[in-house]
Amino acid sequence: MNEELFVSGRNIPNIDPFLNIWHWQIPIYLFLGGLAAGILFFAALFTILGKADKMEATVKKAPIIAPIALILGLLALFLDLKHELFFWRLYTTFRIESPMSWGAWVLMAITPLSIVWVASYAKELKPGWDWKFGFLNDFESFVIKNRLALAWIIIVLSVILGIYTGILLSAFNARPLWNTSILGPLFLVSGMSTGAATILIMSKSTEERRLLSGIDLLLIVIELFFITHMIMGFQAGSQTQIDAAQLFLGGPFTVPFWVFVVILGLVFPAILEIMERLGVHMPVIIPVVLVLLGGLIFRFIMVEAGQITRYLY
Amino acid sequence: MRYAMAIDTLKCVGCSDCVIACQMENNVPIGFCRDWVVESVHGSYPEVGLELRSERCNHCENAPCVRCCPTGASHIVEGGIVLVTQNKCIGCGACIQACPYDARYSHPEGYVDKCTFCNHRVTEGLNPACVSVCPTKCMYFGDLDDANSDISNILATRKYKALAPEAGTNPQIFYLV
Repeated sequence: MNEELFVSGRNIPNIDPFLNIWHWQIPIYLFLGGLAAGILFFAALFTILGKADKMEATVKKAPIIAPIALILGLLALFLDLKHELFFWRLYTTFRIESPMSWGAWVLMAITPLSIVWVASYAKELKPGWDWKFGFLNDFESFVIKNRLALAWIIIVLSVILGIYTGILLSAFNARPLWNTSILGPLFLVSGMSTGAATILIMSKSTEERRLLSGIDLLLIVIELFFITHMIMGFQAGSQTQIDAAQLFLGGPFTVPFWVFVVILGLVFPAILEIMERLGVHMPVIIPVVLVLLGGLIFRFIMVEAGQITRYLY
Repeated sequence: MRYAMAIDTLKCVGCSDCVIACQMENNVPIGFCRDWVVESVHGSYPEVGLELRSERCNHCENAPCVRCCPTGASHIVEGGIVLVTQNKCIGCGACIQACPYDARYSHPEGYVDKCTFCNHRVTEGLNPACVSVCPTKCMYFGDLDDANSDISNILATRKYKALAPEAGTNPQIFYLV
């Protein structure tokens, strides 16, 4: 027997009996941040590859989702703060060792740039659009002239944003379930997959849809590989990590994880996308919604389960 | 200077005086605590062992809470004491997630709060409140860099352990066993 009790009666809100300091705001933000990163990554990528006109939905239409997702995500993050009037302290310093500091600054850069990107296509998508002010029209022609440079900046920032959503969690050594370096790449790939799925539903061109669903399929396969790898890593890790993996291998998160994330969120949409490629047609909304819900549930599970795992008691 | 604390688990009776002293000294809000006592029972009858530990922030040398703080509110001052600057803290909770000892909590006023090693007392040469009230005198506090301090002497002669050293934080609270 080995039993440990708080004889002085510790029962601190959100700390005992297990940590629960991060609620729905964090997974929502991680999902929206990953989604925006994915959409912006593909918009920038196909601009750099010179396919802006062939991939119209990817480059011109879907990016409108990115600033909306980022602003909603920022709002969620703000709601998570407990001392919110001091949030500006994030921007009086840059702390290279703190993933959250990186995230705060990347969001500060990519949110306005995504708005600029969307605005630069306003005239193309809505003929007759006018910015009303001369300086705005001048700025617009400047952006259009330098679109390629903007795409390069956005592609770098979007990868940092996507990978940061995972590193934010993986940097916490105290939470064994999060403390795996595969989490950064896993969240990046998952974010890109949700991004590709969102663009897929906005696209009307068969060729573009075929390419995007192929990309999404590849990302899903990589994601399944990373998840397997993550669990293998836990099983080969220290006792705290073996215990962490148990949450998914018989513990309380087994059913939500394997049913909603792996089967319904990854395997099933992959099968649907393969069937589509083989000529069995079905509404594109089904795999898209499954991928999005799978990504969202995955983040809720990771944030919730990670806080249960600990070193002591 | 390197402040540290040693607690004799063989002398501690688990009275929780250290907890009350801290709450009084530091005006800790009701329902919260910066230190706590753990009763750890191991073995099975008749071979049973009991260990009592007064626990708190470990003022780690490699403090993960300081590393992950996005604003620099969590910082290390003279003597290795880890502190939180209230008006720099945004209450994001990153340091609470980062602490393997779960020694931090969100103060009802929004900022994150924790043991300060009674920085206001030790800079005046006094012991932290918890140490000074301990009725069994089982707690030792002092400077590890001073070879003649109470803490250096006790750690030189007794067997001790730290909590979760595998977390890689280099904790500075030692338990004499």
